[in-house]
Amino acid sequence: MIPILLKSLRTGIVTEPAPEAREEWRARAAQVNDEVLRLLGRALVIREVDAGSCNGCELEVHALSNPYYNIEGLGIRIAASPRHADMLLVTGPVAKNMEEALRIAYAAMPEPKLVVALGDCARDGGIFGASYATCGGVSRVIPVDVAVPGCPPAPLAILEGVLAAVRAKNG
Amino acid sequence: MHDLLGLVAEGAADLRPWLRHGAWRATDYPLRRDFDADAFRVNANEAYPFVRVEGDGVHEIPVGPIHAGVIEPGHFRFSVVGEKVLRLEERLGYTHKGIDRRFGELTVAEGHRLAGRCSGDSTVAYAWAYAQAAESVLAILVPPRARWLRGLLLEAERIANHLGDLGALGNDAAFAFALAQFSRLREDWLRSCGEAFGHRLMMDRIVPGGVAVEVPREAALSLAARTQAIEKEAREMREIFDEHSGLQDRFLTTGRVTPDLARRLGLVGLAGRASGQSMDLRADFPIEPYSRLEVRKVSHPGGDVAARVRVRFDELFESLRLVRAILDSMPAGETRVDLPQPRAGAFGVGWVEGWRGEVFVAIEAGEGGRIRRAHAHDPSWQNWPLVEHAIMGNIVPDFPLINKSFNLSYSGPDS
Repeated sequence: MIPILLKSLRTGIVTEPAPEAREEWRARAAQVNDEVLRLLGRALVIREVDAGSCNGCELEVHALSNPYYNIEGLGIRIAASPRHADMLLVTGPVAKNMEEALRIAYAAMPEPKLVVALGDCARDGGIFGASYATCGGVSRVIPVDVAVPGCPPAPLAILEGVLAAVRAKNG
Repeated sequence: MHDLLGLVAEGAADLRPWLRHGAWRATDYPLRRDFDADAFRVNANEAYPFVRVEGDGVHEIPVGPIHAGVIEPGHFRFSVVGEKVLRLEERLGYTHKGIDRRFGELTVAEGHRLAGRCSGDSTVAYAWAYAQAAESVLAILVPPRARWLRGLLLEAERIANHLGDLGALGNDAAFAFALAQFSRLREDWLRSCGEAFGHRLMMDRIVPGGVAVEVPREAALSLAARTQAIEKEAREMREIFDEHSGLQDRFLTTGRVTPDLARRLGLVGLAGRASGQSMDLRADFPIEPYSRLEVRKVSHPGGDVAARVRVRFDELFESLRLVRAILDSMPAGETRVDLPQPRAGAFGVGWVEGWRGEVFVAIEAGEGGRIRRAHAHDPSWQNWPLVEHAIMGNIVPDFPLINKSFNLSYSGPDS
């Protein structure tokens, strides 16, 4: 136990300040219920759905939970079920084999359903495009609020996109 | 082979579709020349019969394709009695992106970008294997400095993944401290890689003909200093892991794959070496820079989660040493050569020991510089069936831990 405590003490707090929302990535006009957002306060629950990504985006989503970005400290939590989620964070060009699962996850979410398409593939299919096996982007399957570019987007860019979507809904 | 080309292996016992979940008809084969890619198809996921386990008190737990955590999609069907897992059946293919067909729309000179996105956590290994294959199609050699930089990138990728997995493994055994520490070290390392190579995950840095990166003297020095800092902290963490009885209780004897089973079913890479196998392309078939570095091969006969943790620690320290050695003795000179036009029909292969295991790429050139056929093979393909074996007789709550100890790719084998 003592080595663990010492290590924690020596490491200290490394969390860095959060970025501003990136407004230019907003893809859909706000249809917001201010009341709901006020109810949400600053807390935000995200369900991440890998809809056929190469797993690069997932690595950077994981990084958001490390002590530098510390999204839990900002009131952002990644949940196991879409039923508990304010936001769907979707990666990948949407493989045809994941199309139905993505629709079901979206349908299971409570209103207002925020959707962030994360990474170049999720925006428009990226290098995989639209093919017999891929849909060519998240917006071809469910409505998207914010699309974050990058392959993969760096953790700060992901956070900027997530905040842009929240602000969009916030009006 | 059957779903994409319609070929049936002689004597095949299991003819259930694997990559075809209903997005195209059973009579269509996407890799055949006469496949109509533009035809409209109703994407109707078809029923898939899982193997049933019968008996008193046996019930099934279906999981996925969307899992609870931030991980790739796949379906697991557990047959359990109480807490004990009798059988696990995996169904993958959810992330199938038609990569082999997409290769046919690209030129030999640009296919490395697609190869590098088969499995993002192994982008360097894929891009290097692709580059080897492309260079043998083109019959060219890359300059010595480019070979050393490729080795540097591959070891940097191994370090990043091992740091991430060691934290996640601690976390899956309810030791959140490990995740906090190792995810911090991983972030330190990714930031250093971003500075030195211009991309945190090092995508598109290896290209046919060489590398698209130059590491200036200053960046090399700070990268070397970073390896020292990480090694010091990771050694402290290893002691904490070894001394933590709760953690060892979860790791030891959990998810065991015996060396004999590993040999018979062909377990490769890191997981293979943790089950007494001794294969590492860097040591067995060393090309430059490995031919000059005497890679110390790691192997442990345990076959359990503890052994896979141990192999990760040992390989992490070896890769940190290799990064320093490469930075010390990397030759100067060109890093990239111009590419000639490929000869139609020319064939090439590439084979690289990624952090997870062997990545293999084969390319056949077509007319006008294009790829006629290409396939990239992920080591997870061989290793997934062993996860089904590893979980047998363990309890359901140990599955995340066992699964993470292999940390196999879904996107790579689904391609």
